Amino acid sequence: MRRLSAFCARVAKEILRDPLTLAFGLGFPVVLMLLLSAIQSNIPVELFEIAHLTPGIATFGLSFLTLFSSLLIAKDRKSALLQRLYTTPMTARDFILGYTLPMLPIAILQTVVCYLLALILGLSPTPYLLFALVAAIPNAWFYISLGLLFGSALNDKQVGGVCGTLLTNLSAWLSGTWFDLELVGGAFRKIAYALPFVHAVEWARAAQIGAWSAALPHLWWVLGYSLAVTCGAVVLFLRQMRRI
Amino acid sequence: MMEAIRCKDLTKIYPEVTAVDHLNLSVAQGELFALLGVNGAGKSTTVKMLATLTAPTSGDAFLNGKSIVHDRAAVKAMIALSPQETAVAPNLTVSENLALMAGVCGFSRNLAARKAEEVAKIFGLQPQLSRRAGKLSGGWQRRLSLAMALISEPEILFLDEPTLGLDVLARSELWDAIRALKGHVTVILTTHYMEEAEALSDRIGIMRSGKLLTVGTLSEIKEQTGCDKLEDAFIRIVRGGETA
Repeated sequence: MRRLSAFCARVAKEILRDPLTLAFGLGFPVVLMLLLSAIQSNIPVELFEIAHLTPGIATFGLSFLTLFSSLLIAKDRKSALLQRLYTTPMTARDFILGYTLPMLPIAILQTVVCYLLALILGLSPTPYLLFALVAAIPNAWFYISLGLLFGSALNDKQVGGVCGTLLTNLSAWLSGTWFDLELVGGAFRKIAYALPFVHAVEWARAAQIGAWSAALPHLWWVLGYSLAVTCGAVVLFLRQMRRI
Repeated sequence: MMEAIRCKDLTKIYPEVTAVDHLNLSVAQGELFALLGVNGAGKSTTVKMLATLTAPTSGDAFLNGKSIVHDRAAVKAMIALSPQETAVAPNLTVSENLALMAGVCGFSRNLAARKAEEVAKIFGLQPQLSRRAGKLSGGWQRRLSLAMALISEPEILFLDEPTLGLDVLARSELWDAIRALKGHVTVILTTHYMEEAEALSDRIGIMRSGKLLTVGTLSEIKEQTGCDKLEDAFIRIVRGGETA
């Protein structure tokens, strides 16, 4: 337990001290919310109403956790720090949990910041908003495990391209946050609903108003993807441990 | 002579090359043993196998009686590695890096802090304790890297090219730190620098193409080859392919 807590503390410090975390993890979602709310106040669009927008932006913000997590793991591998740590009594379980657990409080913090801003921007305070924080946990699990997967498989430059550009774009375009997927329809809509991004947003939207029967089908999608990605991530992490 | 390391036909075969070929070697407790060889000689692979980072294809090695194949956890509890590349956590301070290593080795928080202070004193790191490791010069990072390896009080220490890329002064200071270990920590040192092996080691092993060509004290190797300088002896042995 002491080994795991020492490693968790290290991971948290590395991430929180990286200016990238503040800029993208907190700054970017805040700027987006302010910008889209300004558009909404001038040209009202249902999609950008604050109650509809906030779960989408909060979930989109979580996609940066994949970038932070994968970048840290890839850099650790490159710098030989992991090589050193692999010779200590730390187990594979310690490493996997150590890279995962510190990201959860960061995810909750991101969500809290988004909802505090939303309240300032006019979101009605209801007790159900606390469920929005709960909803962030499975979504965060998906994005964090994706970080472990990419960090184990790619180098730090590849991670920047895949997680910093490709994933954040996929996460935005296929989430139904920026435009209504029903309006596009066809294959695009089918692909979007076969992936977890829109389900993560729909789950957060439904949880925010306590609509559990509407929320659950989306939750299963998110949990299913999270489980599959976690299994893949563990396999890849163990493989790179053996490949030193 | 109490034996700290015994290699028995230790072999590592990669798909296209035999990196280490039936290595048989014995190192005494408290001895500083230098492994020399040109690039691709098998030094680093030997260290990686002994440090449990990679599994041997065949053969075994015993560290204080524990097998690197069958008793990896026990081996990990007694060793430390300072890898070829500088292996520090860049966004952590010097003090936090030291505490991290103590923590992942299972030391309590208080003990970790005390050990960090002690090791910092030994390596003259006190003025740098609150500086981030990523901001230190190459020499200080190497010194920190070595201190991180020693904080767990290992019985056996692996130093893979510890002074690579350092200036003369930084190298000399690091040599003093390594010399201070002699007698109470068993050290396996790999290096390209002949003067480093001459200055530090009790015995020297010379490898080529995965095979151990010769083992002996500095004077034995000089006598064996009829050379006055280790560099000349090394060239003669490697070119001539004399075997131990």
